[in-house]
Amino acid sequence: MPDLIRGRIGGVAGQIGSIAVTLFGLLILTFVIGRVMPTDPVRAIVGEDATREVYETVYRQLGLDRPMWEQFFVYLKDVATLDFGTSIRTGQPVLNDILYVLPATIELATFAIIFGAGLGIPLGVMAAVHKDRWPDHLIRVFSLSGHSMPIFWTGMIALLVFYAQLGWVGGSGRMSQFYIGLVPEKTNFLLIDSVLAKEWDVFRSALNHIVLPASLLGYSSSAYITRMTRSFMLDQLGQEYVTTARVKGLSNRQTIWRHAFGNIRVQLVTIIALAYGALLEGAVLIETVFAWPGFGQYLTSNLLIGDMNAVMTCVLVVGVIFIALNILSDLLYRIFDPRTR
Amino acid sequence: MSMSHQTARSSTSATTARPRSQSVQTAINILTFLLKSPTSAFGIVVLALLILTAIFAPLIAGHDPYMQNLENTLSPPSAAHFFGTDELGRDIFARIVHGSRITLTIIFLVTITVGPIGLFVGTVAGYFGGKTDVVLMRVTDIFLSFPSLILSLAFVAALGPSLNNAIIAISLTAWPPIARLARAETMTFRGADYISAARLQGASPARIIWKSIVPMCLPSVLIRLTLNMATVILTAAGLGFLGLGAQPPMPEWGAMIATGRRYMIDSWWLVTFPGLAILCVSLAFNLLGDGLRDALDPKQMTKR
Repeated sequence: MPDLIRGRIGGVAGQIGSIAVTLFGLLILTFVIGRVMPTDPVRAIVGEDATREVYETVYRQLGLDRPMWEQFFVYLKDVATLDFGTSIRTGQPVLNDILYVLPATIELATFAIIFGAGLGIPLGVMAAVHKDRWPDHLIRVFSLSGHSMPIFWTGMIALLVFYAQLGWVGGSGRMSQFYIGLVPEKTNFLLIDSVLAKEWDVFRSALNHIVLPASLLGYSSSAYITRMTRSFMLDQLGQEYVTTARVKGLSNRQTIWRHAFGNIRVQLVTIIALAYGALLEGAVLIETVFAWPGFGQYLTSNLLIGDMNAVMTCVLVVGVIFIALNILSDLLYRIFDPRTR
Repeated sequence: MSMSHQTARSSTSATTARPRSQSVQTAINILTFLLKSPTSAFGIVVLALLILTAIFAPLIAGHDPYMQNLENTLSPPSAAHFFGTDELGRDIFARIVHGSRITLTIIFLVTITVGPIGLFVGTVAGYFGGKTDVVLMRVTDIFLSFPSLILSLAFVAALGPSLNNAIIAISLTAWPPIARLARAETMTFRGADYISAARLQGASPARIIWKSIVPMCLPSVLIRLTLNMATVILTAAGLGFLGLGAQPPMPEWGAMIATGRRYMIDSWWLVTFPGLAILCVSLAFNLLGDGLRDALDPKQMTKR
């Protein structure tokens, strides 16, 4: 028993070590990308017609005259103290900006993953049950289409059809213009804030606006969930206990959902955690189309004006979220799967 | 991957003609398998069409893709202009047809950059093992810890927006999965007798990797590249859409959608057709990749 515990502690320590190395590598990467850019950070601050003296002063203030490795240590120190610099565009500390916009994206991504899993898991099970027959082929084409569509384009077409033509859903933004500023921003999760303020009209408006981008994002992520569900289910359905259950006279439904599906739940949880991270990518594009004031829009709008402090911090944040989700998925697996104990 | 093992065994017999004809036979087998399934057949047909369109673009287009006609702007699809005209009166069909050349260029350049980088990192890590392996795989993991679009965005932001920089950025983010695959393949060959034989004959590591290991990894690497190509195309289109890839007036599909966006409400054809083109090509790659995965699945081997 102590051996087992020691082994697990060793495993955890090793994992923490490898996370630390990955994080360090991430910092090197963002530092290097930030340094090779051809845009001049000094010019961005002082403007085009600053005098030579002003330019030199700012150049030194930014520490650009020091050797690379020294600059890197300054960068490490800044990151360690959570000082990511100021955004040129908003004039605010970058970290504050990001924390302000992140809830909008988390709200969107959470709805999307609920939709994606709600669609992908039943489809995957169905495809596995009807393997190589027409439902399987149909589901394959359906889910691969979701994975193949350029999401910024689908977003526009969907806006055109469901908002401009049919008027079923709200347009771009998180709520109607009319309601902006009505709800006090406590958590910045609009749906939570509006419930806290008991503003049911705002809540409805917000729900109306999130449905379209979230379902598109969810559809695009459901391809991965469907495929993994299908292959997990195929593994289970090929095993003997399924035959035993059938021989015992259990209904088809019970065999599939209670027995086979019960055994893949753990794997599915880890897959969904990974899919959640991949959503961030689609969020960047869909937020641009839907004018969603979230992380993705913040990233792209700063990118276009060359606000590198903000861009690199965004990249760093995405990297950290990704690593965190990987760890989470690993942990969930360890907690829920008795075989890893 | 039993196909590679077959070739591995035959290449130890000194003749070079036999393995070649054998791998041609395997390729034909795979192709017939793919054409039997309607979905992968669709993929192959669309990609063949894409290549033909790109080759014969000037013949098919019928109009000059850059020719403006300010008297005939934003006209809806008609017999003269199949897909209508854009805000400068350019023929959208002609622009999409010529855009296929840009798409093929992206595919080609990404393939010839990502393949060698991935193969190099993967085979070196797999062959030498130990510390080299740890370091190289750490670097690979760091690149893998970003979603590819975000990392491409960061690279393009640093390099400046242009089609070439977008291709460089995509290549820089697309090699890690290839490296992982090549490493895994290399590790299965590393202990093989013919590698030991080459080493005993005094071949240098570079020669062993280049002559004996790289050819073994090539088939699976090529398949993996096909599988990833849909993502590459979507990322390139996304970069073009954000204004970070191909710049106007180039008829790149993503950039066309970005400019068409302003006229979307009244002139739906500006964004619809380039988007359909992207969807078709990326769906074709996905369906083909899916079919390839089935074709090479050892459980399905008996069917061939």
